[in-house]
Amino acid sequence: MRRLGDIDLAEESLQEAFARASSAWSAEVPERPDAWLYTVARNAGIDRLRRDDALRRRLARDARVLDTAVADAEAGSSAEGDPGIGAALDDDEAGDERIRLLLLCCHPALSRDSQIALTLRLAGGLTTREIAAAFVVDEAVLGQRLSRAKRKIRDAGIPLAMPEQPGERASLLCDILGLIFNEGYLSHAGDGAEATRVVLADAAIELTAIAADALPDEPELGGLLALELFQRSRHDARIGPDGALVPLGEQDRDVWDRSAIRRGFLALGAATSSRRLGPWTLRALIEAEHAIAPSSAATNWARIVRYYDLLLGAAPSDTTRLNRAVAIAEAGDPVGALAAVEGLDSFGGYYLWHAVRADLLLRTGRRADARAAWARASALTSNPAERALLARREREAGS
Amino acid sequence: MQYLLLLASEPDVDDFAPGTEEFDAYMARWMDYSQQLVDSGAMRGGEALMPVDTATTVTLSEGTSSIVDGPFAETKEVIGGYYVIDVDTLDDALAWAAKIPMSRGSVEVRAIMPTPGPGEAES
Repeated sequence: MRRLGDIDLAEESLQEAFARASSAWSAEVPERPDAWLYTVARNAGIDRLRRDDALRRRLARDARVLDTAVADAEAGSSAEGDPGIGAALDDDEAGDERIRLLLLCCHPALSRDSQIALTLRLAGGLTTREIAAAFVVDEAVLGQRLSRAKRKIRDAGIPLAMPEQPGERASLLCDILGLIFNEGYLSHAGDGAEATRVVLADAAIELTAIAADALPDEPELGGLLALELFQRSRHDARIGPDGALVPLGEQDRDVWDRSAIRRGFLALGAATSSRRLGPWTLRALIEAEHAIAPSSAATNWARIVRYYDLLLGAAPSDTTRLNRAVAIAEAGDPVGALAAVEGLDSFGGYYLWHAVRADLLLRTGRRADARAAWARASALTSNPAERALLARREREAGS
Repeated sequence: MQYLLLLASEPDVDDFAPGTEEFDAYMARWMDYSQQLVDSGAMRGGEALMPVDTATTVTLSEGTSSIVDGPFAETKEVIGGYYVIDVDTLDDALAWAAKIPMSRGSVEVRAIMPTPGPGEAES
């Protein structure tokens, strides 16, 4: 029964999201996203729209890059005239090739590090140097990792074939692509390698789009794609002129990339039209609420809390509980939120826990405690953009 | 492609006394598994080993050898048996490994290096 409830919530929410998007955007977006989004929500003509999307055109272009990557992999694994993994590709269509290559890259017999490196190198077409720079590892070390992984694919007989249970592999693929996106988008903003990391985030988006397209029965890929696009849409608004992270509530929403948001809703429409709501789709639904809210104050925080409840049921984690507490506070209950955060004290070494706690302490009038918590948070992060934001918060809290 | 499935578990796992109902049911599961391998055409061999406390290790070093009581690695899980199977891909081998009727344990799956058989050397 609860599953039905989840679906109803998602549908109701999407419908309303589209309606609210229309009022929020009508003044500034010329191309009638309201009509557009309604089309999506009704799940009509979705394939035509998808074909028209600019992203697809870029993907078609990138197919050539991919072919080169495959040829490279083949050369690397066929030192003794062995046909190598490329041989099996000859008879198959390009779209199938790409998804099977992606699924091969995240085969569970490969280590997590190898899965990530292979995905970016073989399927993403990034150079070894680009990948090494993005993950701050030595290029030679990464090269060895790739060679070892390709050797294992050949010598252990890992097949370039659709797995019998694509669902399990699609779930692994979501994890890998989500990790790559996060590494590109969230982890190390502002430390001078920003451009390198945007390459990672965009690679993750393109690969997720390919996978979501090729595996329409795996709605979580669409959910992940929507999540990535919503987050990517805020890229230009999330770093201030001083290099500090700008929190969501303070971002200039006019700077958000409307076309990324639109593509996000397209992907989300497809993901939520299935009868399953997985963790990636639920995370995307939360981001969608932000994407259509005209301001932080006008955000439907109560519904975000409900999505977090569903997310905790689907994928329990303390990080989600922490985020849920933030939403509880925004929904008007900072005291309840603070209690929830205090209950997560296993996070004592995690800067974000102290930062969230500091914010809630300030809101509940405990200014001195708040300043101490910000200082603690600041001491626990090595990310300069985050540290700059925390220092500012601490200053603003005054004495 | 041939694969070795190396079966390891803690010695007290599935340690049923012969003659009991549990023992018979346990053995029936192994017979069934082995028969499935035979029926699929994948079976190339396999045996259960005597308990690990019967193991003797011969260590070789630059032309000399020494003999020690016990297995070559002191680990919690010990090798209890093996299968050699012939299947198309690692995925098939992993699927067979997942069906091994041990209650708890590990199965190391290793591709066997192809070597030319008699008369095949030139082909």
